[in-house]
Amino acid sequence: MSLLSVIVRTATRWLIPFMQLFGLYVIIHGHASPGGGFQGGVIVATSMILYAIVFGLSAARKRATQRLRLVMESAGPLIYALIGVLGILVGGVFLEYRIIPLPYEPHITSEIMISIIEIAIGIGVMALCITMFYALAAEEALAAEEVK
Amino acid sequence: MNLSSHLPILIVVIPLIAAFMNPLIGWRQRKFCNPLAVIAVSASFCIALLIARTVITTGRISYHMGGWAPPWGIELAVDHLSAFMCVTITFVSLLAIVYSKNYVEKELAEEKMVPYYTLLLLLIVAMLGIVVTGDMFNLYIIVEMLSLAAYALVAMSEEKRAYVAAYKYLLLGFTGAIFILLGTAYLYIITGTLNMADLSVRIQPWYGSWVVFVALALLMVGFGIKTALFPLHTWLPDAHSIAPSSISAVLSGLVIKTGAYCIIRTLFTVFQPRFVIEVMPVTSALSWIAAIAILVGSLFAISQTDLKWMLAYSSVAHIGFIVLGVGLATGYGTTGGILHIFNHSMAKGCLFLCAGAIIYKTGIRNIYDLAGLGDKMPVTMAAFTIAAFSMVGIPPTAGFISKFYLGLGALEQGTWAGWVFAGVILLGSLLTAVFYIRVVNNVYFGERKRREEIEKDEAPLGMLIPIVILAGGCLIFGIFPKIPLALAEPAARLLLGI
Repeated sequence: MSLLSVIVRTATRWLIPFMQLFGLYVIIHGHASPGGGFQGGVIVATSMILYAIVFGLSAARKRATQRLRLVMESAGPLIYALIGVLGILVGGVFLEYRIIPLPYEPHITSEIMISIIEIAIGIGVMALCITMFYALAAEEALAAEEVK
Repeated sequence: MNLSSHLPILIVVIPLIAAFMNPLIGWRQRKFCNPLAVIAVSASFCIALLIARTVITTGRISYHMGGWAPPWGIELAVDHLSAFMCVTITFVSLLAIVYSKNYVEKELAEEKMVPYYTLLLLLIVAMLGIVVTGDMFNLYIIVEMLSLAAYALVAMSEEKRAYVAAYKYLLLGFTGAIFILLGTAYLYIITGTLNMADLSVRIQPWYGSWVVFVALALLMVGFGIKTALFPLHTWLPDAHSIAPSSISAVLSGLVIKTGAYCIIRTLFTVFQPRFVIEVMPVTSALSWIAAIAILVGSLFAISQTDLKWMLAYSSVAHIGFIVLGVGLATGYGTTGGILHIFNHSMAKGCLFLCAGAIIYKTGIRNIYDLAGLGDKMPVTMAAFTIAAFSMVGIPPTAGFISKFYLGLGALEQGTWAGWVFAGVILLGSLLTAVFYIRVVNNVYFGERKRREEIEKDEAPLGMLIPIVILAGGCLIFGIFPKIPLALAEPAARLLLGI
């Protein structure tokens, strides 16, 4: 149960979807405008961090379980590396994704692949930032218990 | 699809993919982590051998990432030195991973097993990345990745002082990274390029400019910290002695050598030998510092009573041998320095793995308590003795060959300084003998405190095989030095342009 007032809790509940939406926008537009996977991932992660601050660590842990975060942390870099390897498999060199045979112009294919890579980075960075915050917060909670 | 043209990237990407698959697999079954790592690094080892063959027959391999030609795109450039380092790194780290299976189960907490293999694989990826990249900024990024993995692996140890050691390593490591970044930035400001081959051409009109002097000095200090060259070595003994032994073997055997590789790359590829020898005499400054490192490192090692601390200080001395070889900048000297990278990583890897086996079986760390271990763990101690002889440089072990080349290189200089360096190499080897022979003496002839029957009690086979292979390597490559020299000698000649 949160120690913070009902105003903060309600405002947070309203804010979080918009923060996540903005984060997704920054990720999706990464290839064409300022932003990208890293920045967007951090923005999405801040929404979970806000949730943890307002509703407490144990509630936040249930929302983003360790297993889910572990899968996301690994999936991000894996997708990136596999798209790189895909370039080799279709006869080009590593990360040469513009020659991947999709029914589009090369520059559109390139755009799609960069978007996928940005999304992968976003997934990885988001999970990692949340994990880092949880780890530090757990340490803080432990220290607080020791003081009591 | 012809895979043979993709070797430089495959050697990096295969362990990278394995590193990120590791948490997913380890989450289902912890026992699959080790086989996965073994398979990935074995694949890298085979690729490293293929790279070595390709480089010997056809020369430098250049790989353009994403199909973008350098200097715009990132280039992977593999020459003789890179191929030599690739083989060394994959060989020793493969054995360290095989060794880890039994060792980690006992020495580390169970929940640390999955992160251990992930970080170790990332460490290997980073080392391979450093040696194959042909881009200055890429190099900086990968050096950082290497260091981050290394800090975490040191902190993972169950020893009480692990966090302190890792924190000390982190503080100094980050300082070094800042120096490297700043030096790279200065080079980029004046040339507008980061590709090493392109940089070496465009920087030539700037020889004599203060910006270049400062950039080179910053890079040398930065890589000096990563290499643990003498006055900047203070983080090394803590980190290398406190880390789990399999990690100590990789850190001491390989990670600091990649720093030495960066020094060689910067001096002779990014800058011209003519510049670093005559215009700004970095090489002779490095030789003198390295000579001090040899003597001071050995003296520190003599004063240690803890086995792993002694081995760690011995690394400070032997980095001195490698950098001295580089600094001599003569055909024989640099060949000796490069060869010593390989010989020292085998011998030091073997010694740390033996230390790990001793701790695993008996928990002894003090070298005066080792008496009687020659009967208790005969195979381990025989391997330890061979590796120790290789460190000292007693023929027919591999250490003799590289020290012989270093000595020849020092005399080849033909100046009074060359004679001093030759003397330092002899004296350094003598001091090395003092502290290694002391251990060997204690092990076989030391007075036992308890007069009880000692039963033969070896470490498990999974730990023993890597130790024996490394000790065997010390002997085989001492008797057939032509094999590593096939890469080391052309590497030195190409770098120096002679």
